[in-house]
Amino acid sequence: MTSPSITASGAKARASSSLGFPLILLICVVSSAVLYFGLSQLDSSYAFLAAYTVLQFVALATAWNILGGYAGYVNFGVAAFFATGVYTSVIIYKTVQWPLLVTIPVAAAAAGLLGLGMGYLTLRLRGVFFSIATLALAVVLNTIVVNWSFVGGSRGVYVMRPQEIILFSSYERYLFVVMLVLAIGSVLIARTIENSWLGRGLAALKDDEMAAECAGVPSLRMKLIATTISGALLGAAGAPFPFFVTYVDPPTAFSLSIAVNAIAMPLIGGTATWLGPVIGALLLGTFQQIATVTISSALNLLIVGVVLVIFITVAPNGIIGFVKDLREKRR
Amino acid sequence: MSNAPVLTSRGLTKRFGGFVALREIDFALASGERVGLIGPNGSGKSTFVNCLTGALQPEEGAVTFKGVDITRMAAWQRARLGLARSFQIPRPFRGLTVRENIEVPLAFVSGLSSQAELETRAEETLERVGLLAKSASSPKNLSQVELRKLELGRALAAQPEVLIADEAMAGLSDSEVDEILELLMQLNTKGIGIILIEHIMRAVMRFSQRVVVIVAGSKIADGDPQDVMQHPEVVRAYLGQ
Repeated sequence: MTSPSITASGAKARASSSLGFPLILLICVVSSAVLYFGLSQLDSSYAFLAAYTVLQFVALATAWNILGGYAGYVNFGVAAFFATGVYTSVIIYKTVQWPLLVTIPVAAAAAGLLGLGMGYLTLRLRGVFFSIATLALAVVLNTIVVNWSFVGGSRGVYVMRPQEIILFSSYERYLFVVMLVLAIGSVLIARTIENSWLGRGLAALKDDEMAAECAGVPSLRMKLIATTISGALLGAAGAPFPFFVTYVDPPTAFSLSIAVNAIAMPLIGGTATWLGPVIGALLLGTFQQIATVTISSALNLLIVGVVLVIFITVAPNGIIGFVKDLREKRR
Repeated sequence: MSNAPVLTSRGLTKRFGGFVALREIDFALASGERVGLIGPNGSGKSTFVNCLTGALQPEEGAVTFKGVDITRMAAWQRARLGLARSFQIPRPFRGLTVRENIEVPLAFVSGLSSQAELETRAEETLERVGLLAKSASSPKNLSQVELRKLELGRALAAQPEVLIADEAMAGLSDSEVDEILELLMQLNTKGIGIILIEHIMRAVMRFSQRVVVIVAGSKIADGDPQDVMQHPEVVRAYLGQ
């Protein structure tokens, strides 16, 4: 028979979980509107572009965390998935010229398939061996793109933004809203996964693969789901990039900065929850943008490196983990 | 208790390179039976359990569960069929709370998808193993006996027909051993067949309806606990000659 304490605590938890999603959605919509109108007041297209960059990091860090944070499979090949999105977008631009909103799902599907393929090829690899395999994937794709003249090869390719875009006064504003939606979508997907059976399974897998299997978790299938979803979201974040920079070449699409930031941001924010990558990306991304304007963009990677070293030493579980530890100590 | 075997192994052989860890082990567990599996350290008990539960693949022989050949099945498939285990060294999911640890098999083996139902069933399981008060704690904050209980709770949440408890009492005090033993006895009254791998002979003799002895990878005795303990080969293996 269920005891009163069980009923009470269960009901409380159920109430909080049922309120969670609509509340988060409302917060997203309200903060997005505030952000958009706040940036509009600055009357500067650079503000939208800077915000786009920060939001792109939110999307990338969140997507990386689904595989690297939840499942514990550290993917060093972020650039491969991002570039798949970028070059899918370039191919569509050079062939059928579909609108960006149609291009994004196609890019996500292409990068998701790449994730599924990578998952299959690395089914039995764990730890550092898995990470090296993902790094190799980025190198292989980079080599293919460098030698593929249709997408610009090593010389790169120019992408012209549409002259006009409906509902928006400039293309920068449109790109900002697209990336805002992608970032929010990634976060909501990550949060849903975290609170679902999939999140429980991935967390179990991360801690102890054999114990997870003995608890009924199909580890290989879970890994494939995580590589596919993570890959798709990384690719989706790359799709608008050609229209953002208007010139894409392999060093830009496969940039070290993309890979390093996508890994460092969740580590700094905390990998255990969806909020960690968001905090890491907002803090580090904003800091980098300020440094770019006030000092030099050349400092960006140095900033990431220094902050990462500090966090690994002082707060190895990131900001979220640090705050949680402090709270537990105070109890 | 029915006499029909629910779990069997036939000619089970496992090698690690040139070393034969298990040699043609024949074994059968009847439905709802309590069997003690004993043997000196390194005799192959855990290897045998690993072959039964899918953590290791045997080179020769077959394992059947409820009449199904599960020899090549993955561990998660065996768990879903109703074969659960606890580990010699507790292996909790440290990133999850105690209740969430229990929710993993509830979601993946019992197929529960509603969060409300998961929480309620997890708390019921925790109450059965005496861990309800620790529901929201991290496994990092549990004592050794509580970790053992969490292992058993997680196995129990999978609603098993057979539970393999691999040294569930190792490192516990006498009163804690009694606590775990009592828990295992309770589970057995629900019809769960249990294989108890243990070095604590007091517990094995009290618990087991039958004792199986493995020495150097071979089964050397199988039968009534009192008879087995008098068996000359068992005496030689344990006391030397």
